Amino acid sequence: MTNLMLTTYIVVGATFALYLFIALKTRAKNTGEFYVAGKGVHPVLNGMATGADWMSAASFISMAGLLAMKGYDASAYLMGWTGGYCLLAMLLAPYLRKYGKFTVPEFIGDRFYSQSARLVAVICLVVASLTYVIGQMKGIGVAFSRFLEIPFQTGLFIGMGIVFVYAVLGGMKGVTYTQIAQYVVLIFAYTVPAIFISLQLTGNPIPQIGLGSTMSGSDGVYLLDKLDKVVVDLGFSAYTAQTGSTLNIFLLTMSLMIGTAGLPHVITRFFTVPKVKDARSSAGWALVFIAILYTTAPSVGAMARLNLMHTIQTGEVGSPEGNVVIEERPQWMRNWEKTGLLSFEDKNGDGRIQYYSDNGLSAAEADLAKAQKEGGDVAAAQAKVDAAAAKHAESKFAGFGWKGNEMTKVDNDIMVLANPEIAKLPNWVIALVAAGGIAAALSTAAGLLLAISSAISHDLLKGMIAKGIDDKTELMAGRIAMAGAILVAGYLGLNPPGFAAQVVALAFGLAASSIFPALMMGIFVKRMNNAGAICGMLAGLGSTLGYIFWFKGFMFIATTAMAPDNAANWWLGISPGSFGAVGALINFVVAFAVSSVTKAPPEHIQHLVEDIRVPMGAGAAQSH
Amino acid sequence: MNNAQKYWQANIRLVIGCLIVWFFVSFGCGILFVNQLNAIRLGGYQLGFWFAQQGSIYTFVVLIFFYAWRMNQLDRKFNVEEA
Repeated sequence: MTNLMLTTYIVVGATFALYLFIALKTRAKNTGEFYVAGKGVHPVLNGMATGADWMSAASFISMAGLLAMKGYDASAYLMGWTGGYCLLAMLLAPYLRKYGKFTVPEFIGDRFYSQSARLVAVICLVVASLTYVIGQMKGIGVAFSRFLEIPFQTGLFIGMGIVFVYAVLGGMKGVTYTQIAQYVVLIFAYTVPAIFISLQLTGNPIPQIGLGSTMSGSDGVYLLDKLDKVVVDLGFSAYTAQTGSTLNIFLLTMSLMIGTAGLPHVITRFFTVPKVKDARSSAGWALVFIAILYTTAPSVGAMARLNLMHTIQTGEVGSPEGNVVIEERPQWMRNWEKTGLLSFEDKNGDGRIQYYSDNGLSAAEADLAKAQKEGGDVAAAQAKVDAAAAKHAESKFAGFGWKGNEMTKVDNDIMVLANPEIAKLPNWVIALVAAGGIAAALSTAAGLLLAISSAISHDLLKGMIAKGIDDKTELMAGRIAMAGAILVAGYLGLNPPGFAAQVVALAFGLAASSIFPALMMGIFVKRMNNAGAICGMLAGLGSTLGYIFWFKGFMFIATTAMAPDNAANWWLGISPGSFGAVGALINFVVAFAVSSVTKAPPEHIQHLVEDIRVPMGAGAAQSH
Repeated sequence: MNNAQKYWQANIRLVIGCLIVWFFVSFGCGILFVNQLNAIRLGGYQLGFWFAQQGSIYTFVVLIFFYAWRMNQLDRKFNVEEA
């Protein structure tokens, strides 16, 4: 076993021991502790737990890579996944905390005096959370297989086992305190390499300032200007420039914001604080802890991109000695080639690697190879390759003897995972990144699984099927539902359905188009009635699912897609991932229209709305 | 108008004010006016780019704490605090 492996085993093993220790200390004794940690979590600690709950494998591993490759256009994710907390803090969390029940569907069912509304909410919650959890399971497996060289499946089983212990025993109470520990692990793992890299490139230890500073050893050239120049010289669009349509970036940001505020596993976290005013401040603390990572990510992305470009383009663009010699490529590239996340092909046979934008030539070649292998339309694919090759022949790169981009695969995830190796950081930093990635995936998985199991034991079983069960039976049902959810999630992690990659669009689309509008109208529109809310939810859900399926295929079976998924076919240039905001708008319009022609809600519901609007008396609402 | 209604109106006014700022820094400075703002520099950052990847997030944090602080004041003023 190498030194690095040993260090990684020790660091990851120590974090697991910590999680299990917390699990033993925080067993849930009743349903109140199992669902909402007895409503006794300090707002700052809840903020920290929310940070870990919220920041998933995607935030930790993939987001910086997305920024590195897309530059300014990926800002939608930064603003969307943080701005949603403003909506949550001002429009939902304090009022739902005042209502003082256990789950999101429970509020929807009570407020709209309708079991059907509650059922629709349960279905949205389970589908959104389950699709989201698949991504976390995959993240756990990848982290294990890359860093500990344990097979993907074994890694996944270990992760499931850990979650099983603390989530089944401790419910929300166990999940909360492990999430706090996981937050500390993941934020250290994220910021330490970022600080080192910022120091190396700019001499400034604070990555947020380093990104706006000058490069060390260059006479006052700003890092971002340098990056823009490097990528533009190689045919890519400028890092800081917008390439997508403004409407699409606008709607994507809006969809992610509304979806963030509507995701049940996040909302439920605000049921665990003692008071209404704690729910308000706790959302602020959550965003502080999230912002530490989210404002560091742009630096990680930009600096990793610059490092990557410099690794391959070692000299002047176009000079015969300007590119890295294949035999002399750095060790980290060799390491990551093994995982399949990185690959290259010496197309012009010069023994060096060229990484540049060939205007779609290599993409067309890949399509052609796929068509030949899988029996697609070879002639059409060949025509596209010919057109792209003709265009490439006129570019300056052809004059250098380049025959297409040779970096055939650079997976986004590498930017964070390989960053410490690219920057030649010590072994313990690499081990820390492994532990951080696993912590991010585990904490989010546990929060999602808890939301699913609460919806099943509290909303379906206690709320609809067996109303008479006592607290002890319900607690046991909650534990069984949790165990079942872990098994289903594990199964889906091992056999991911084709749509695993579309999780983000689906989960945020569902939350934005159905759950958020229903909750908001339930609080802010006293006149909103059952018919309006249900029709609104179904319309928002139906339109969003319809739009996503139209381009991605029914249930994500690609062959049933009605139109190719590209900007030319999208309605007004709106990508399926950005449609949630439109779905939410449809939800609001339909709900207002239907409720205005149907009967006003009964008096006791109107009183309920008046009651949740004021903090006073939350103590009474707490007894359940 | 009774006390609870006045409290609710004050709350709505506060939320609308906060959401205008929320919209302005993200959708305004970060998306709609990003190209115009990029003409201005903040160190190595172009200002629009800075709002999109840094400034809007800092503003969100300040906004939530400002909202929480003002709401606590309103709770006391209208005498609707929790016991």
